[in-house]
Order: sequence, then structure tokens, then C-alpha cells
Amino acid sequence: MSTTQLIHTASTGRFGPYGGRYVPETLMAALEELEHAYDQTQADPAFQSELNTLLHDYVGRPTPLTLASRLTEQLGGAKIYFKREDLLHTGAHKINNCIGQGLLAKRMGKKRIIAETGAGQHGVATATVCALLGLECVVYMGEEDMRRQELNVYRMRLLGAEVRGVNSGSRTLKDAINEAMRDWVTNVRTTHYLLGSVLGAHPYPTMVRDFHRIISKEARKQILEKESRLPSAIIACVGGGSNAIGAFYEFIPDKEVRLIGVEAGGRSTALGEHAARFQGGSPGVLQGTYSYVLQDDAGQIALTHSVSAGLDYASIGPEHAMLHDTRRAEYTSATDEDALKATVTLAQTEGILPALESAHAVAECIRLAPTLAKHEILLVNLSGRGDKDMGILSRELKLQGATE
Amino acid sequence: MPIRFNQKPGLVIYLTAGDPDLAATHQIALATIDAGADVLELGVPFSDPLADGPVIQRASERAVRNGTKLSDVLALAADLRRERPHAGLVIFSYYNPVLRFGLERFCTEAEKAGVDGVLITDMIVEEADEYLKHLDAHHLAPVFLAAPTSPDDRLERIVKVSKGFVYAISRTGITGTQQQLTSDAEQLVTRLRRFTDLPIAVGFGISNAEHVASVGEFADAAVIGSAIVALIEKSTREEAPSSIARFIKGLRQPVALAR
Repeated sequence: MSTTQLIHTASTGRFGPYGGRYVPETLMAALEELEHAYDQTQADPAFQSELNTLLHDYVGRPTPLTLASRLTEQLGGAKIYFKREDLLHTGAHKINNCIGQGLLAKRMGKKRIIAETGAGQHGVATATVCALLGLECVVYMGEEDMRRQELNVYRMRLLGAEVRGVNSGSRTLKDAINEAMRDWVTNVRTTHYLLGSVLGAHPYPTMVRDFHRIISKEARKQILEKESRLPSAIIACVGGGSNAIGAFYEFIPDKEVRLIGVEAGGRSTALGEHAARFQGGSPGVLQGTYSYVLQDDAGQIALTHSVSAGLDYASIGPEHAMLHDTRRAEYTSATDEDALKATVTLAQTEGILPALESAHAVAECIRLAPTLAKHEILLVNLSGRGDKDMGILSRELKLQGATE
Repeated sequence: MPIRFNQKPGLVIYLTAGDPDLAATHQIALATIDAGADVLELGVPFSDPLADGPVIQRASERAVRNGTKLSDVLALAADLRRERPHAGLVIFSYYNPVLRFGLERFCTEAEKAGVDGVLITDMIVEEADEYLKHLDAHHLAPVFLAAPTSPDDRLERIVKVSKGFVYAISRTGITGTQQQLTSDAEQLVTRLRRFTDLPIAVGFGISNAEHVASVGEFADAAVIGSAIVALIEKSTREEAPSSIARFIKGLRQPVALAR
């Protein structure tokens, strides 16, 4: 980590040494405009009220906190609760941020929205919000991801978005972000880049986190109402890290609550076979921000693999990098196989089919719960539902013979 | 520091180092300098060149695939410095390969190699304190990008920390050729002129003698990148140095300007 100390500067948008702004100069005016517009909305009751009304009446907030009785009983340890972001309109937490940024774009007078997507959930949520607000929408998606999340490609097109396939690099999320950035640099005067995770240059990591904070705001209140105490741990999967930071944030001051992020362990620990940035990565700059990055000795960004397209990314949000280094949060990983097994277990014990991304968090819960006493509580953020994954599940589960 | 533009307009030529391989880049670079380039930008290949269009993306991919590293680019710069003492040499990179190499180590070795300046595509002035300190200690000129979207206060900050020349981006967008120069470029140079006497080079989308002549009307130098890289892609290894030399000489042919 010898590079860490080289990055302390006076710029804004830092989480410890991480974060910052590493972008072509052409984008700076737009980032400053966005930062300014975002700051204004923070103190604007009209904006907040419009946002809250949409979150309530259109998105379906607050989401329930569900006690998983049969899973708890089967595992024989800690009591398990799920925060049900999978029940939101469009099927995942992503829409919290899309509604917020969509309203911001309108306020800035930008009528064209671009976005990247991995699993397609952010793309679908963006396309949905653009339809709702009457904005033009272009979504960049790696061709590999278009293949494995075909259903979401169709959904986006049905919602009126243009989906542009990206065939560079590993043809996944990272490459879709590169292409979205190229579009933004070109059309920056008319276009808002609706980035879907706590990644990229300032103010994105802060702004996207703030739009997802509502997850932990609700969950903290709900668990206190139900149990009159805080959980032992919060568990969430981490790709870029938006659902995790949303689920963690309001619990950060509660030092007794463990915060556990679950990265994609993929097929193996070899570079290129997984997306566990804290296990194989080192600090570097990718796509506008300084954080942990999977890279080789020459600073070339490594390829990644995960069965879940939404976790298949070489870097991680800079605030997670800080939470990792300060040890406020712990980061572990679940393999493709763990996630697939967890999907089946959750479907058959609770009647809930999680997204493959969220299944990584469920896998960690299944591992951890039996090691804890019965009075302890685990709160798992179920960030999305698995309808989009039927194609992959039917292929993979047949392959592994794991349908039990 | 031999970053000097001896003719008007000056020519800055970009090459992706290691495309198709380092030995070929070496030969092409010598031909480029001998054909009249004032400054050579040696591009360090990167896996995720998000400011580049398809031509330089492909070149970068080829160079990464054959294993070209920053240390190789510095060694190439040292050779070129020995063989052509008067050419301006600028290392052009995304930040991550430099960070991974180590900023201080990079500056030490670049100075030793005889490099004159450094341009980091994704480095903005607000993040540049450490970077500037190290470049300064090793007598390397920081070259920054200025964009048509940069407001005046940013332009002022940019020129204040720039040395060698200022790189004015001709239009919003990624690298790549275009048919016509937009009025963005001239307006940007006019705005920059209010804040600096440094030479101003205009780049992005400059691909022929007509473009170079128009740039010469209002700026000090033109940067040609994608058009050169595309020509290298089309040429055989044997013919590349001579086709590039011919192309560069052609860029300074007198043309009738339609303006």
C-alpha cells in the first residue's frame, strides 16, 4: 500500500485517502454543476418532498423487514431478518438512486440520460425513471452481460430505452462504464450520466450513498420496533457497493453492530477468476476514483468473473475502501457455488427467490448464523429479486446438480 | 527542456508505445522526429482508456496484449533521447500505470531517461498537489488538458501549473478523427490566451493538412494522434516508418483555407 500516502490532497469527496476525482478535464464542469445542484437539493424541502412522495407512492417504500423463521430454525443459530429491497418497483434497490438522480437531471435541465448496467437492474430502474419523468434514455451494457441477463435487456427496450452493447475488454460492467464515460465526455452539455453505484468521481459516491441511506434508516427503526435492540451484524453483497453502503450507513455509529460486506469469490482465488477486491486488489485509480482495484503489476486492470453480473467489477466504492482500512466493516466473499446453493436454500425455506447478487449475502448469513447464539440477530439486505436470473439458474443448477 | 515549437504551426505527434511492438514504435518514432515533429507524445498503453476513441483503444489493446509496460516506455524514451537530443519527449498516460509504478520512482526514471514533460489524461489540477511536487523536483513539465467546457477560472488554474505547453482539446469528446474543426477550438485558445504566454497546442480530431493550417491560424501547434495510429494499424511493419514520415511531411503542405 505504498501508494496510499501519495494521494492526500485538499480536494473534496475523500473517504480517508480514497475517492477524489480522476477524470478528463472535459467532465469537470459537469461534475461541479452536479455537485452544486445536489448540494442545493439537500436543503430544498420541495425537492425532498417530491422525492419522498415518489419513493412512497411509486417505488413502494418503506420496504418490509421480514423475519425468516424457517431459515432461522434450520440453521439453529442467530435470528435472521431480511430487509426486503427485492420488493421494490423494478425488483431491486437500484431505483432509490435512479429516482433521486432523475429528479436532479430534470432540475439541471438535462433531457438525455445515459447509464451503465451490469446485471441490468440499474438499467431497468433508469429506463423506468426516464419513462416516468419523460427523459431520453441510453443504457450501455457489456455484450457478455446482455447474453446472461437477456430478460432485462428486453425490459429496458420495452420501457423505451436504447440499449447499446459494448464489446470491448471483458464485455461486462467495467467496459459499459468506459463506454458511458465516452458518451458523457462527448455529450456532456446535454446529458446527465446516471451512474448506478457508489463509484466514479466526486460527487457520485456521496450522492448515490445518500439516495440509498433510506435502507438503513428504515431498517434501524424497524428492528428496534420489533426487537427493541440492534442486530449483531448487517450483511450485504458488494459489487460497486451501493446496496451495502445504504444498508450500513445509519449503523456506522453503532459500534457494536458488525458490518459485513460480501464480495464475489467467483470460481477461484486466481486473478481473473473472481471479483474480491479486498482479497486480491490494491489501491489504484479506475474510472474516476481512487480505491481498491484488481490489477496486475503494470497497473493494467484485471479481468473479473462472477456468476452474478452485478458483482462482476474490478473496483469497489471508495467509502468501502475506507471502512475496510479502518476496520469498521469486514469484507468476506462467497463463491459462485455458495451463491447458487444459497439461492436454492432461500427459495425452498422462505419462498423468496433472491437475485444472484443478493444470494452472496444470503450465503454469508447461512455460514455465520449457526456460529452465533440464538439471542443474536442477523439483518441481511436482500437487495434484489431473482426473476432476472432464471436463465442462468436453470443452466447452472443443472450443471451442478444442486437442485436437491 | 527542449519542448520548443520551431515552425508555426508546431507538430505534436502521439504514438501508442508498443503498437504493434516496441521495436516498431522505436523506428516509427525516429521517422516521426526526422519528418519534422517538434514534440513526440509516447502513449503508455492502458486496459481502460476511457478518453479514447476506437482507434487508440485498439492500439492500446494490442500493446497491452504484447506486454508493453511503463518501464518499457521509459527505456524507449531513453533511447530516443540519446539518438535525437533535440526532440521534445512527453510521456502520455492514464494515472493508474504511473501510480502502480510509484509516482516518485516514475519521476526519477523519467528524468534519467531525458523525458521533458508528462501528461496524465485523468489528472485534474485539484488532485495534482503531490504529482506537481514530484514532477517539479525532477524537472519534468506538467502538461494539462484544457477543455471547451472548462470555465475561465479553471483555465486560469490550469495554465498556472502548466509548463512546456497547454493542450487545448478541440471539442467535447473522445480522441478520433473528424471532418471539420468546430469553432470550440478557436474560442478556447482565445480564452486561454488571456491567461498565459505558454505555447498552446490544439488536439483531438486533427487529421490532415487543412486542419493543421487552420489550427496554425490561432494556435502554436497541432496534436495529431488517432490519424497516425490508424495509419500504423493499416501499414505493414516495414512500410510504417516511411508512410508515417510521408504523412507528417504532408501535414505541413500549404493548403488553401476555406475560411
